[in-house]
Amino acid sequence: MSENAMSTDIILAGVGGQGAVLASKLLARAAMGRGLPVKTAETIGMAQRGGSVFSHVRLGEDSSSPLIGRGRADAIVAFEPAEAVRQLSFLRPGGRVVTSDAPVVPVSAATGGPAYDLPAIMSYLHERVGEKNLAVVDAAAAEAELGTARVLNVVLLGAAARAGALGPVTLDDLAAAVRATVSPRFLDLDLRALSIGDSPQFT
Amino acid sequence: MHREFLMGNEAMAVGALAAGVNVVAGYPGTPSTEVLETVAKRRGEGVYVEWSVNEKAALEVAAGAAYAGARALVTMKQVGLNVASDPLMSLSYIGVKGGMVVLVADDPGPISSQTEQDTRTFAAYAKLPVLDPSSPSEAYAMMGEAFDLSEELGCPVIVRPTTRVDHGYEDVEVADPDEWRVNEPEGFVRDPSCWVIFPALSVRAHAAIEKRDALLAARLSGYARNTVRQTAGSAARPRLGIATHGISATYVTENLSDKDDVRVLRIATPYPFPEPLAAEFLDGLDEVLCVEELDPVIERALVAACGRRGLSVTIRGKLTGDIQPSGENTVESVGEVLDRFLGREAADESEAPGISPRAVPQPRSGEDCLSTGNCPAPPTLPVRPPVLCAGCPHRASFYAVKRAMRGRKTLFCGDIGCYTLGNAKPLDMVDTCLCMGAGVNIAQGVTHVETDTVAFAFVGDSTFFASGITGVVNAIYNQANMTLVVLDNSTTAMTGHQPHPGTGRTMMGQVVEKVSIERVLLAIGLTVVETVDPLDHERAVETVRRVADEPGVKAIIFRSPCVVLARPDARSVVDAEKCVGCQRCVRELGCPALVPDAATGKVRIDAAQCTGCTLCEQICPTSAISGGERL
Repeated sequence: MSENAMSTDIILAGVGGQGAVLASKLLARAAMGRGLPVKTAETIGMAQRGGSVFSHVRLGEDSSSPLIGRGRADAIVAFEPAEAVRQLSFLRPGGRVVTSDAPVVPVSAATGGPAYDLPAIMSYLHERVGEKNLAVVDAAAAEAELGTARVLNVVLLGAAARAGALGPVTLDDLAAAVRATVSPRFLDLDLRALSIGDSPQFT
Repeated sequence: MHREFLMGNEAMAVGALAAGVNVVAGYPGTPSTEVLETVAKRRGEGVYVEWSVNEKAALEVAAGAAYAGARALVTMKQVGLNVASDPLMSLSYIGVKGGMVVLVADDPGPISSQTEQDTRTFAAYAKLPVLDPSSPSEAYAMMGEAFDLSEELGCPVIVRPTTRVDHGYEDVEVADPDEWRVNEPEGFVRDPSCWVIFPALSVRAHAAIEKRDALLAARLSGYARNTVRQTAGSAARPRLGIATHGISATYVTENLSDKDDVRVLRIATPYPFPEPLAAEFLDGLDEVLCVEELDPVIERALVAACGRRGLSVTIRGKLTGDIQPSGENTVESVGEVLDRFLGREAADESEAPGISPRAVPQPRSGEDCLSTGNCPAPPTLPVRPPVLCAGCPHRASFYAVKRAMRGRKTLFCGDIGCYTLGNAKPLDMVDTCLCMGAGVNIAQGVTHVETDTVAFAFVGDSTFFASGITGVVNAIYNQANMTLVVLDNSTTAMTGHQPHPGTGRTMMGQVVEKVSIERVLLAIGLTVVETVDPLDHERAVETVRRVADEPGVKAIIFRSPCVVLARPDARSVVDAEKCVGCQRCVRELGCPALVPDAATGKVRIDAAQCTGCTLCEQICPTSAISGGERL
């Protein structure tokens, strides 16, 4: 397959509990459904208790290490805007960022740590990534439509596929992966989460 | 054979099953935990698996099985090996009959550990062969090879992955269950001259081990995973070499191209070190860079080889300051040292682009600011140290003790588990944390010096069973004055909710009699042992006040289930009319579900995180919060 010759390196970023590991598994399965070799590296352990978490996902033949080098990622998919900024040093020039606009404010911001300055974070994302490579998902709109915030990870994957940030992986690949992994109880919800990316507005 | 997308830890578990493992024991610890969990999930009928009470017990159980001819696997993290080191050091002399693999996961960084100790060094100290995988696929294959080697040599073999191998996923080709080896143990054959350690046996055993390891160094030079290769662009005799191992070997590969002229040694058996192969690698080289994580094991071995063989090769690495002496290597950290070592220009695309801050943001265009070289300064980001979950009963326990002891001179000794996070502000309730089970003894030591301090030792239920009990016996025997606080959430939460003796469930799926923490404490001789729900706040505070002033050693058991397992449905809500914005709940509890509004100062509850534990309801001075339900 010719597309195997090129590799796509993607970083998923969020806060412990947002489902980064699950999203990375879905993405990996979607890529494998396409016949692509996949390597991933996960954050498992103490950081899962509300810390910053990331998954590195490498699709295609060209990868040896499971970790992506700084300045080498093709895309960042973030479930939380400050976490998108935190991972930006991994993005290659011209790389894409797909992020949720809903902040998860840590306890530390209310108990003496640095404040959460959402306007500054969003403005920096626009400048640093550039309008044409940035997609911002309206998390509140997605939540309103789905009735829950718990599948934001899947919403973001769908938006990323639509924005062309997942290399060769398409929405159909993701849907197939969802069908193969998600329990019947949540299948409908997750499939809707994938597809509603058409309705939330990208600012 | 078939292909599966597996985590390194899952791959090693399947590798052990495919190699016919009969008995598996371990104690949970990041990054090793999923190995044993996967064995339990995928094992065939004949495989026995257990979470032991600690690593020492696990290693001894595995050793007993191997004495009886079984193939046995024991799993732990690197600091767990410290606990298991007593039996391991002696087992090295006694040896085994069935194959025995000691799987020890190291944690460069460290990411989830107290230390950056290197099990390769420990293996040399214990004089046991150690295998060091670079990927999940290789880790899978090494399990079978380790069992074979162990059986052939009659000694345990260590396999030591690191976090990025344990928690990396890849496509792995694995055996189908019907292809798994079937191993039928002969049983224990009585022979005191072989299984009973005495100085006379140790004299013989030590000599035999030294002889064996010297021979192994030569033999392992032929092991297919110890490799010397040259980059495609190499001259027949390059003058530069790179020596590496484990996950760092993949970082080296990522950073080499056909244009480079270099020879690469990859060491999969750091002990016994394959020196004859290393000598081939060194032949004709002027300089070698050792790219390692944790200890400079290969670097020291190469320095020694050069000295022994009179070779004039400069060996660089951690000892010369070329490689960072501590912390995790990364693709780019290795790229930077290779650029310097190989005299390459730093490749533009592999370097993080230089960003020069400017004062006034420019109007936005479709392009990113890097293309104009004119980027604004990055914003200050919020920090996210890990915190206790919303609704975690440990928060309530710490807060009860804090309130009860306000104004007193106190010492709060912590221990290893989720509750170490009680150190975070605003709780700030952990004065010490050393290693599993240490807190109860540290508390005694401090009070021998400071007799007027009211000392508390916090210990989780799993840690209590692992290594807390002996400390309590020590306290009672030696007439200490302290309060033991058992934070009993009926699981091993930090590592992903493993069962333990107090849960009444085993990894074989049996429901068994729970070991009662109360009855253990009473049997040791404590007369004051009170169990209380930490989420019943006033009662919890009153209990602490009363118990702490009793003489001698006394205990409070705070019992309430882990919310991650219990998943309560109730949610608390704030009545904005009643909330006066004092933020007492936020300042006192630091619960991540309590979110103050920047404009009004009033508090909102994040329904996605709240579990309705009611703790904030109980301390709100205006009774503005309601709706929760105590478990």
